[in-house]
Amino acid sequence: MNKVVANADEAVRDVFDGAVIMVGGFGLCGIPENLIRALVHKGVKNLTTISNNVGVDGFGMGLLLSAGQIRKHIGTYVGENKLLEQMVLQGKVELDLVPQGTFSERIRAGGAGIAAFFTPTGVGTVVGEKKETREFDGRMYVMERALKADFAFVKAWKGDKWGNLVYRKTARNFNPMMATAARVTIAEVEHLVEVGELDADMVHTPSVYVNRIFQGELYEKRIEKRTVRKAVASS
Amino acid sequence: MNKPGKDIDKRERIVKRIARELRDGFYVNLGIGMPTLVANYVPARMDVILQSENGMLGIGPYPVEGQEDADLINAGKETVSEMQGTAYFSSADSFAMIRGGHIDLSVLGAMEVDEEGNLANWMIPGKMVKGMGGAMDLVAGARRVIIAMEHTTREGEPKILKKCSLPLTGVRVVNTIVTDMALLQVTPKGLVLEEVAPGLTAEEVQRATEPTLTVSPNLKVMEG
Repeated sequence: MNKVVANADEAVRDVFDGAVIMVGGFGLCGIPENLIRALVHKGVKNLTTISNNVGVDGFGMGLLLSAGQIRKHIGTYVGENKLLEQMVLQGKVELDLVPQGTFSERIRAGGAGIAAFFTPTGVGTVVGEKKETREFDGRMYVMERALKADFAFVKAWKGDKWGNLVYRKTARNFNPMMATAARVTIAEVEHLVEVGELDADMVHTPSVYVNRIFQGELYEKRIEKRTVRKAVASS
Repeated sequence: MNKPGKDIDKRERIVKRIARELRDGFYVNLGIGMPTLVANYVPARMDVILQSENGMLGIGPYPVEGQEDADLINAGKETVSEMQGTAYFSSADSFAMIRGGHIDLSVLGAMEVDEEGNLANWMIPGKMVKGMGGAMDLVAGARRVIIAMEHTTREGEPKILKKCSLPLTGVRVVNTIVTDMALLQVTPKGLVLEEVAPGLTAEEVQRATEPTLTVSPNLKVMEG
């Protein structure tokens, strides 16, 4: 079994116009930088992207946005992206905003064979408006459907050649669920290792979910809001 | 006192008072903006573990310059550090923790709160919708919700209303409102005024609030 591909360009070889693509990351943390660049390079259009945010202007998924490749975006918060605001107002991009917990669970459900579930989130708000609601044990819940994709672009810290993945700190976020919820999961890792090198107890995403894996390069790992505290001088 | 100084004093009074609601062993989620300042007033020797919706339990302080790690950020996308006892997990696990009622306290800001405890804090119609992020899940799941906000808008209009006019974040989710003027509890019978800021009267608070307040027989002065 060989899931290793040479690079991001090879990894996205069969992505097509109109594809539905899940992209990992929270803000700029844990985004698959190489895969996003390759997608821009490939030039496929009319994409539906599923990602918590849309990068920032000029980096991450903001690059796909400015290249005009996104037709519809499903996410939870897009406030950092002025270009998206403009494109939505101009009718160039359709935007579907979902509460972050519902978004997470919809993707998890998509990979877990759960067609729909009931959540208390959004009951009585615009989120719950046009959906089926039901009462359980005296509390109202709204029904949400599973979310799936054609492709999942996942970023991990370490992966072996079978596709077992380990994430690092808060760069984990949506990557594990997205890895399970697409027909083709592509993982880009900072460290590609031999099968057997990962501690089996420490694997976050078991290899069954990953179709292609490659070692990424040239990570910028941009920090959106560098926040520091003053070091206390020792006396 | 010039305005900026006043604003800092207001915020400090609000977050200091909220910090007095913390208990040892509490797991707490602090919303973006003013609520994050509550972390500065956790009493010494009290273990309060902060949860970040993006998949971290046990948020440490901001890193010292040079120690920033791009893989280590909070829900506001600021760089943070670990503490002893930190744990990481996925977003699905994070919101299972939140939605499943495992977080003791959620502190958030608000645009409007009404006398039924409805909350509006994510959208202003006519302006670009940025998204609700994790707010709706937080208010649906946390065991207790405390709102940290200024009592009135910049123009002096009440933010505590009979009925929210803005799109809701949650229905009947707010338990306690802490402002620069007062501390109020949401009860099945409406809002109860329990504490007033130093130098203020219950009448002054009522005048800045739209719904009729029940003044607690044990009305106290808000202490930081």
